[in-house]
Amino acid sequence: MTQAAPITAVAARLRSALPADAVIDDPTRLATYDCDGLLHYRVSPALVVLAGSADDVQLAVRACVEQDVPFVARGSGTGLSGGALPHADGVLIVMSGFREIREVSPRDQRAVVDPGVINLAVSGRTRPDGYYFAPDPSSQQICTIGGNVAENSGGAHCLKYGFTATHVLAADVVTPDGERTTLGTTAPDAPGYDVLGAFVGSEGTLGIATEVTVRLLRNPQSVQTFLAGFADCNAAGAAVSAIIGAGIVPAAIEMMDALAIEAAEAAVSCNYPPGAGGVLVVELDGPEHEVEAELAAAEHHCQEAGAFEIRVAADDAERQAIWRGRKSAFAAVGRISPDYIVQDGVIPRTALPEVLRQMDELAAERGVRVANVFHAGDGNLHPLVLFDEKVPGQGDAAEDASGAILDLCLAHGGSITGEHGVGSDKAKHMPKMFTDDDLDTMQLVRCAFDPQGISNPGKVFPTPRLCGEVPGKRKAAHPAQQAGLGEVF
Amino acid sequence: MDLLEDLRSHDIDVRAGTSDDAVDGRVPRLVARPASTEQVAATMRAAHAAGAVTVVRGNGTKLRWGAPAPELDLLLDLGGMQQLLEHQPGDLIVRAEAGMPLADLQEHLRSSGQRLGVDEPVAGTTLGGLIASNASGPRRLHTGTARDLLIGVTIVLADGTIAHSGGKVVKNVAGYDLCKLMTGSFGTLAVVTEATFRLHPTPAASGWATVQVAPDQLEPMLERLCRTQLAPAALEIDAPPGESVTIGTLIEGTVAGVPGRLAAARAEIADHAELRDDLDWPWRYPFSTDGTQSGLKITCRLGAVATLTAAATNLGLHVRGSAGTGVLYAAAPSAAGPADLADALTSLRALAADHGGSVVVLDAPRELRGAVDVWGPVPATAIMRRLKEQFDPARLLAPGRFVGGI
Repeated sequence: MTQAAPITAVAARLRSALPADAVIDDPTRLATYDCDGLLHYRVSPALVVLAGSADDVQLAVRACVEQDVPFVARGSGTGLSGGALPHADGVLIVMSGFREIREVSPRDQRAVVDPGVINLAVSGRTRPDGYYFAPDPSSQQICTIGGNVAENSGGAHCLKYGFTATHVLAADVVTPDGERTTLGTTAPDAPGYDVLGAFVGSEGTLGIATEVTVRLLRNPQSVQTFLAGFADCNAAGAAVSAIIGAGIVPAAIEMMDALAIEAAEAAVSCNYPPGAGGVLVVELDGPEHEVEAELAAAEHHCQEAGAFEIRVAADDAERQAIWRGRKSAFAAVGRISPDYIVQDGVIPRTALPEVLRQMDELAAERGVRVANVFHAGDGNLHPLVLFDEKVPGQGDAAEDASGAILDLCLAHGGSITGEHGVGSDKAKHMPKMFTDDDLDTMQLVRCAFDPQGISNPGKVFPTPRLCGEVPGKRKAAHPAQQAGLGEVF
Repeated sequence: MDLLEDLRSHDIDVRAGTSDDAVDGRVPRLVARPASTEQVAATMRAAHAAGAVTVVRGNGTKLRWGAPAPELDLLLDLGGMQQLLEHQPGDLIVRAEAGMPLADLQEHLRSSGQRLGVDEPVAGTTLGGLIASNASGPRRLHTGTARDLLIGVTIVLADGTIAHSGGKVVKNVAGYDLCKLMTGSFGTLAVVTEATFRLHPTPAASGWATVQVAPDQLEPMLERLCRTQLAPAALEIDAPPGESVTIGTLIEGTVAGVPGRLAAARAEIADHAELRDDLDWPWRYPFSTDGTQSGLKITCRLGAVATLTAAATNLGLHVRGSAGTGVLYAAAPSAAGPADLADALTSLRALAADHGGSVVVLDAPRELRGAVDVWGPVPATAIMRRLKEQFDPARLLAPGRFVGGI
């Protein structure tokens, strides 16, 4: 039988139950979904379904289960690791039309939202009541909560407030066997295994969230943001170490190097200190008394480290101006380079000077430039490897430099991804960070949720494991024996 | 090969169990005290080959928690694994063996002006026990629980496979987060042998603002305090049955910042009730943890804390806990028998469920835990059972102790 038959059956099943415009198989229209934010990976899905409810999602997943067809969920498609890259023989379940804020309860510091709700829309709704949703990925104006849950999204402020996993209390999900269940509870510490904690950040491989209960934080009483210009990144890095070493946990500390500053100036005229080889954006928030004290101390540490200019934002408009340069940095790089690869490696913060030096070396050896924009407080680098695809050999050199940067992060005890996820892009690097046993053990979780291996296959893990049939596992109890043990429960 | 010989052949410290080793009244046949992750792996391979039911023990302070323990063949004592492996003050991380007592770790960190941001509700807790139970205290409002602080683990599966998850950087989304699955798993999925935590700077200054209110004033006062922008490290209540309720707000921060925040906290309270700054707040559960008393953990959405507190105190329970997060603890009267406890659970569970939470029996005499459903209804148990089947298909690790009979 050819590949076409099962997908045809899925399409027929969905057409019989959903509005005609919710099921797409026209090749031209399918092509508009062929990538997420990682543009150089492109695959057209076999079928697209626009889900508008949990029932729709369950219907689609069940149809896939019956025909053993893979499915991939997609929010706004802003992910940077190809986590929502479609499967050529599979169904792409588009969640972005499923976007109602169901409930806001300031008193409980909770909101219940659909997975297609835009990240910033949550705080937009709750700020007037005095509350906000903390995770703030740079794409927060367009990315969805469902995507944040899949990727365990961070953002500049997760240094102080933690990632999405810290801010999600419960999720209704459709598991890859087509069942619906609730992971977690509205209250903290749901009894049982923390299946919600495992689900958040599983990159769509353990099912699809159809409703999410998020935690809201009280707006801080005071926010202070300042920009500090340094001669180079080493001086800026020394300031970061001094601030953290003094026991201050800023809401955010972001760093940009000379190339990144150049790009941001070209794109948004952010007017960063002229001549700076490194800038820091430092934000402090909390009770007024505390923020005043911390601001004075942080400014002092920057001056000690050699900051030649410090600009404290006087109001929200000035704060936005300071952030504009930082938040536009990725896109701005397009002004100084025709092509670029964004990396997301993490290093222990104290290794920063050494890693920056080695990164310069490895880029020079390969004839590419690297612009650096990073979350300096937690050592999450976003090196942008700049190249020109039209120059023969540059694409390969950039790819090579990019891989070497990840090796460098790992050699210093870091990680290949701090917030963008593994997705399609970094699955091949996973064996550098984890042993076969590590990856096999993680995939036990996959087997518990998705024994058929149809939920976003090919992502995260370089090689899938066959559930229940791998030698060395299930030594004692065979699945058949398990059935007998069912009564023990 | 016999389990004892097998373990000895791997140079593992092993001996016959005695009544001192009893877990919840059950004396293990053997007690193994491995000295490394590799020895734990060898121990589990041997236990797996022998089909030996195994319970992991740190310092044994919470081994009774959960459903009554099974007959066990092997007690895996991690007391031989107490080493601090790595502390990087500049990176605010620490890595240590799971048998290390939390208090020893905190003592080490103190000299660097840092701490692991969890309380120690039961004295003597080891890092492994902290992870297995996800026990927490007042500061969870600010720094969370082990769930939020654990960034890397080394585990040994029931068949002896050694695996890692996470790492030693705080920001890391590479692969599934097995740290989360281990946290609160009560030793039923795998053996945690090493753990890496993120740390926090120890605040330079701190102070409590405390107040006593009549029970009917608890709800408005909590609503008020939860809405402040004082960013307290803890918001606690202590509610003995039939008496007034004490509310404590812990402010932690800089020497320059704390006095002003404390003054603001006191002003917030003072308009409505009498300040009581002389109250003693070194925090403990409201029940003794020696197995003689029944202690419950009650959770609910934030706005229902006063409702659950009133219901529990009306049943004669002494309630204490984190009113700022919706995690409370309650002590049953010493005289409460199985029927009393079952009745209290039935009514409190119905109410907690209405408010998004749950009620579990943490600690109680064995006969009581045998007579009631200690975990209560738990959503997603089907997936949890499948996880157990994948990680421990032969059901060797503390079978029956966890939710849904896992």
